[in-house]
Amino acid sequence: MSKAHVYKRDHINTDEIIPARYLNTDDVAELASHCMEDLDTDFMDKCSAGDIVVAGDDFGCGSSREHAVWAIQGAKIGAVIAQTFARIFYRNCINCGFYVIELPNAPELINDGDEIDIDYATGTINNKTQDKQITFQPLPDFALEIINDGGLLKHIKKQNA
Amino acid sequence: MAMTITEKILARASGNDSVKPGQLINANIDIVMCHDVTTPPAISMLIENGIDRVFDTEKIVVTPDHFQPAKDIKSAELHKRLDTWAKEKGIKHYYPIGKAGVCHALLPEQGHIRPGEVIVGGDSHTCTYGAFGAFSTGIGSTDLAAAIATGQIWFKVPASIKFILNGKLREGVYSKDIILEAIRLVGTDGALYRAMEFTGPVIADLSMEARMTITNMAIEAGGKNGIIAFDEITKAYLDGRLKDKSDYTVFESDPDAEYFQTIEIDCSALEPTVALPNLPSNGKPIGDCAGLEMDQCYIGSCTNGRIEDMRIAAEILKDKQVAIRTIVVPATPEIWKQCIDEGITEIFYDAGCVVSAPTCGACLGGFMGILAAGERCISTTNRNFVGRMGHPKSEVYLASAATAAASAIQGKLTDPRSFL
Repeated sequence: MSKAHVYKRDHINTDEIIPARYLNTDDVAELASHCMEDLDTDFMDKCSAGDIVVAGDDFGCGSSREHAVWAIQGAKIGAVIAQTFARIFYRNCINCGFYVIELPNAPELINDGDEIDIDYATGTINNKTQDKQITFQPLPDFALEIINDGGLLKHIKKQNA
Repeated sequence: MAMTITEKILARASGNDSVKPGQLINANIDIVMCHDVTTPPAISMLIENGIDRVFDTEKIVVTPDHFQPAKDIKSAELHKRLDTWAKEKGIKHYYPIGKAGVCHALLPEQGHIRPGEVIVGGDSHTCTYGAFGAFSTGIGSTDLAAAIATGQIWFKVPASIKFILNGKLREGVYSKDIILEAIRLVGTDGALYRAMEFTGPVIADLSMEARMTITNMAIEAGGKNGIIAFDEITKAYLDGRLKDKSDYTVFESDPDAEYFQTIEIDCSALEPTVALPNLPSNGKPIGDCAGLEMDQCYIGSCTNGRIEDMRIAAEILKDKQVAIRTIVVPATPEIWKQCIDEGITEIFYDAGCVVSAPTCGACLGGFMGILAAGERCISTTNRNFVGRMGHPKSEVYLASAATAAASAIQGKLTDPRSFL
């Protein structure tokens, strides 16, 4: 069971997810310690392993820095659900083996603190707090395979093995 | 089948006669751009996964730029990893410090960008190179690692938005003002997944430097790539500059190509524009925001750190004094040298500016001009997100080199036309 952390904001950008002042490292634990720092200074205190971030449109806009994905992964976030994602961030997430869900009206359908379960293969979110099922378009099979293999490079390695 | 310039380039790169928007293709890459922040992790991934190879040592261009010269021990370690790898692999076009510059100014200047080619880079502003009639887009470290090893990358062919730039720019209005207006019109995700194709009579009057400012900021509207068709101005820039091979294929959009959307901008009506915090789409005519007090002026970056920007700023700053701290960053060593040769550096010095070595530096809040809480910076850069250039409570105002220079003199947002 995962707890939802809802940000009713559009355009949450890569500078907010991981400010560039921390890009002098690619150490995941260190990046995670600054995850979302410029958006919500309490973020890391609030989140437990497997929790879900929910936001509005254009999540991850800005830089191509994969550090943004690594910071969120390092913070042990299970997935990000947003109305829409910026293109490079979305691609980076799949490449890193991290689940992203596009869901229209996400910040209205899920409240801050809701307990949810996600079935990625069928495209179902079980919102236990509100006792309702939400469906979403699951990622195509090739993207799910990449995620399940732990990211693009591990996927390539597995295919070449 | 009628195609846009973007579709034609991607068709060729993927060995197809034609492609259409939404189609998944595997494209051959002509140039891979590597810098100090996103490439070292890509190198580590390749080593960890036992696929530590490069597809072509002549098609990978490497320069440290974000934190160069190294700003601290950690960035020095990044540079060391990049340097060791580039030397070990025998990367032909490696630009270490002394040759290094802001990547998106350096690669075209050093002749690595050819029309009709596919370029990817581990940086979102890789879309800059579309100014040369090339397909060019930014990717993350994992895609970069795969690109370095295989020379290929998959894309979904983007639908195109055509921006027709009509009219004629008035004095004091520049290509930065055009792109800020385009982003204002569509929003920061208005071109998400789209190619942004810029055409129209205004383009013919713009230098390559000015065109690069436009395609550079395609990503600020969410665009996959920005693109401008080849013409005589492109040819004049490329002649004598291209490295490795001087031939290239010129593509142009068919007259009956299909567009997702067409947007016309009357450039004759444009004013000097400032994008207020905290989104690049928040553009306002200078008349609506003039007088707002600033603490710093920053003239540089891959958006507006080229020689033309230096000349525009110098023209305004000549025989004047800046009222706020003003940091000028010529984007490459060649531009830096040109500034000296043309007497521009002296103008900056006399005006009270500091001129730094080429670096991305403070544009992304790295170093060399970081803002304190509550400070405001008028900047020729590309993003004004929260905390972009320093403290989360600092503010960034995006504008042309002319508006930035005029504002530096007055210490507040100022219409550059009062100095022209």
